[in-house]
Amino acid sequence: MANEIKIRVNEQVRTVTAAPDTPLLYVLSSELNLQGPRFGCGLGQCGSCSVLVNGVEMRSCQTRVSAVEGKSVTTLEGLPAWYAAQNKLAKVPALHPVQQAMIDEQAVQCGYCFNGMIVKASELLSKTPQLTEAQIRSAMNGHLCRCGTYPRILKAVQRASQTMKGVTK
Amino acid sequence: MNTRREFLKTGGALVIGFSLSDELFGQQRGTPPGPDLRQIDTWIAIHSDNTATVYIGFCELGQGASTALPQIAAEELDLDMSQVKTVGLDTNVTPNQGGTFSSASVARGGPQIRTAAAEARFALLQLASKRLDTPLGRLTVAKGVVSVTGSPNRSVTYGELVGDKLFNVPFTGSAPVKPASEYKLLGTPVARRDMPAKVSGKHVYMQHVRVPGMMHARVVRPRGQGAYGDGAKVLSVDETSIRNIAGARVVRRGDLIGILAETEWDAVRAAQQLRVTWDMKPTLPGNDRLYDQMRAAETQDRVVLERGDVAGAADKAAHVVSLTGRGPYQAHALFGPSCAIADVRADSALIACSTSDVYGTRASLARVLEMPADKVRVQYYEGAGTYGHSCYDDAAQAAAILSQAIGKPVRLQFMRWDEHGWDNYGPAHVGEVRAAADSDGRIVAYEYHGWQHNWAVVETSAQLAFGTQPAERDGGAAQQVSPLNLGSMYDVPNLKLVNHRVPGLGYLKGGWLRSPLDLSFSFASEQAIDELAYRVGMDPYAFRQRNIKDARWLGVLDAVAKAAKWTTRRAASNLSKAKVVTGRGIGVGTHLASYGAAVAEIEVDKGTGRIRARHMYGAIDAGLAVNPGNIENQISGQLVQTVSRILKEEVTFNKTSVTSLDWNSYPILRFEECPEITPIVVQRLDERSTGAGEEVMAGAAAAIANAFFDATGVRMQEYPFTPGRVLAALKNN
Repeated sequence: MANEIKIRVNEQVRTVTAAPDTPLLYVLSSELNLQGPRFGCGLGQCGSCSVLVNGVEMRSCQTRVSAVEGKSVTTLEGLPAWYAAQNKLAKVPALHPVQQAMIDEQAVQCGYCFNGMIVKASELLSKTPQLTEAQIRSAMNGHLCRCGTYPRILKAVQRASQTMKGVTK
Repeated sequence: MNTRREFLKTGGALVIGFSLSDELFGQQRGTPPGPDLRQIDTWIAIHSDNTATVYIGFCELGQGASTALPQIAAEELDLDMSQVKTVGLDTNVTPNQGGTFSSASVARGGPQIRTAAAEARFALLQLASKRLDTPLGRLTVAKGVVSVTGSPNRSVTYGELVGDKLFNVPFTGSAPVKPASEYKLLGTPVARRDMPAKVSGKHVYMQHVRVPGMMHARVVRPRGQGAYGDGAKVLSVDETSIRNIAGARVVRRGDLIGILAETEWDAVRAAQQLRVTWDMKPTLPGNDRLYDQMRAAETQDRVVLERGDVAGAADKAAHVVSLTGRGPYQAHALFGPSCAIADVRADSALIACSTSDVYGTRASLARVLEMPADKVRVQYYEGAGTYGHSCYDDAAQAAAILSQAIGKPVRLQFMRWDEHGWDNYGPAHVGEVRAAADSDGRIVAYEYHGWQHNWAVVETSAQLAFGTQPAERDGGAAQQVSPLNLGSMYDVPNLKLVNHRVPGLGYLKGGWLRSPLDLSFSFASEQAIDELAYRVGMDPYAFRQRNIKDARWLGVLDAVAKAAKWTTRRAASNLSKAKVVTGRGIGVGTHLASYGAAVAEIEVDKGTGRIRARHMYGAIDAGLAVNPGNIENQISGQLVQTVSRILKEEVTFNKTSVTSLDWNSYPILRFEECPEITPIVVQRLDERSTGAGEEVMAGAAAAIANAFFDATGVRMQEYPFTPGRVLAALKNN
């Protein structure tokens, strides 16, 4: 049965009506019309639905909406504000450094996987700002890209890591 | 909404009467006409604020067409990129430029847009000439401002000349087009315009589109298709099996079963829960018998190209090589499963989907809905990169059939297993090649025989709903043995290419997949060439140089060898007893035009059978590279995808159905396995632009195979190079 559930998404409390076992993804995309998390496999294999839950990357297709009650969900759209809050910046930047680096490296092709790539890389850099190439590859290994943009994503994550030097607390 | 149609009714600015031949703008076969292609207004609108909207008939598929094509328009109109806008593809709005496939956006679409922009500029200059009372020859344009040469104060903007009015001018056929020496934007790496929205969640993918009053839908099909000829028959549907999901209901048309629900989750879980008994026939060969069955099939044979006397020349040659190559079915494996929204009314239909060809899809939807094509409107929204004919038409048809059945808008999205399991797979291929060289290392004879079936015509939804008889496409250069990709790059006096068309109804449903068949062609052909070099005792790059006369083939070959710092030595001359060995290989190839060459550096673990591609180099000569930065991105994607397809990808199936239904059963290359990439664009400003989205894959496929030989001394005859297959090959040699 559908219940009223309160969830915090991108620092806004939203009330949604959904069966408690509804995967968070369908609530975010179909009820809240967010365009970051998107359906890729529904099996937790590809990463296109990734969001941050309390700063930790999770597959929203495998996360029940009831499981995030009382927690803070951040989607691709909310990354700049999340980054600003984390680092106590006076102003929210237009883009998270990882998002900006993806543009600077001209990394995108179709871009469908980039939600997960950016969310994962943002989580990664928030924990470990300076990373070796092998660490980045290993951390990102659960995110697939059909267009084969991995080499440029790798460069973009390295670039973002440089940008964040001195900013990240 | 202010539609293009309404805009077109608002009256014209000037009338000049001429006509242009149909040649450049030939209509797609069998599709009704869209906007008149010989009117400037079909292509370009000039606004009062001195910006322009360009109406483009090619889709952004992630390949960069939404940047490169406006770049061409801006160049020819003398506008900045920031002054040029585009609109979404829509059969009621954008011109019919044919489908976005065969890497045609810039190759075929570019000249059309360039012509239209040149015509518009010419018309604008004529207006300016009158307004400024100055002959055409004394006018110059920059950023849409026309001024008199030497008197910059005497000027008028495009916006002032025709702002928000129609040109009402047919093409003159005499508008001058810029020479390459005057290019400001063409040939420069303009940043992709779609990226800021794509990284921030502002880009509207098809999967995000919602319309009021719509129902969410899923299809219910067997997990994995059977033989294309058989379809799938419903024996029984147990609707009580979803009784606990109050919001969901079953809608059935023939054997097409849909679930409709108010909420997406209800549709998803009901579709998974619904108990359906299917009649599936065990008529497929299965992976293990596939190639033998194809090879033994009664085929329709055709000599594609023949010159000289292959048999006679081979008999006399010092070195003769025979080699068989087998390539599997591979999936588009569309990253975001196909999605469509259909709103079918009694007398009209609007369908939004991710088709690569809005006009082609409109024609097929009109047939399915039994509606005249001009009552059907198709709008394009980008989905995940499709890389060919994935399930976009199938999903659009299913949405349309269900919407027609319930009289409400329907949003239908495939599940992962629908997309992986009911794809139009790139067909499997068997190639047999025989090549001969004389003792000086000159290729004297080359013969190739290829076996594969053609592409499917009928979509699964139509087949299931109406029992439409499955059929295959005829002809088509990309579904048969390719004279461009087999032997022809070499200067060979005796050559024979034979296509053996296998009847396809007992096989999987086929369709075009990025660089169709080319990976399989080169896998066999370029290994044979490599083997000849080895037998002659030559370095494989030097051997190819000796046998290629064409300057453009040599150009890409040299460019890639230089980038890879290729040093001269015979292949397999450094064989080692170590457990992990390394090798390098080179290969050339293309798709339907352009020139591609690649070098692969790989590592083979002889203990585990695992291969790691360490570094891939790829060079393309696609004539005028409109946006070389974007082409580098395309080369990079092609190289990574080729590594994935040669090392990992294979559609698996038993006698009854496909069994590779997700990313675990159909693995693709992952981050940790991704090689370093070096893309090289050979720029040819004065040559016609040809495709750049798939032309380095064939050479790259062969380069990997040749690198494997260099590392191990063993020739692989079948891909993908899975650990099991590698260990078996090493053991047998």
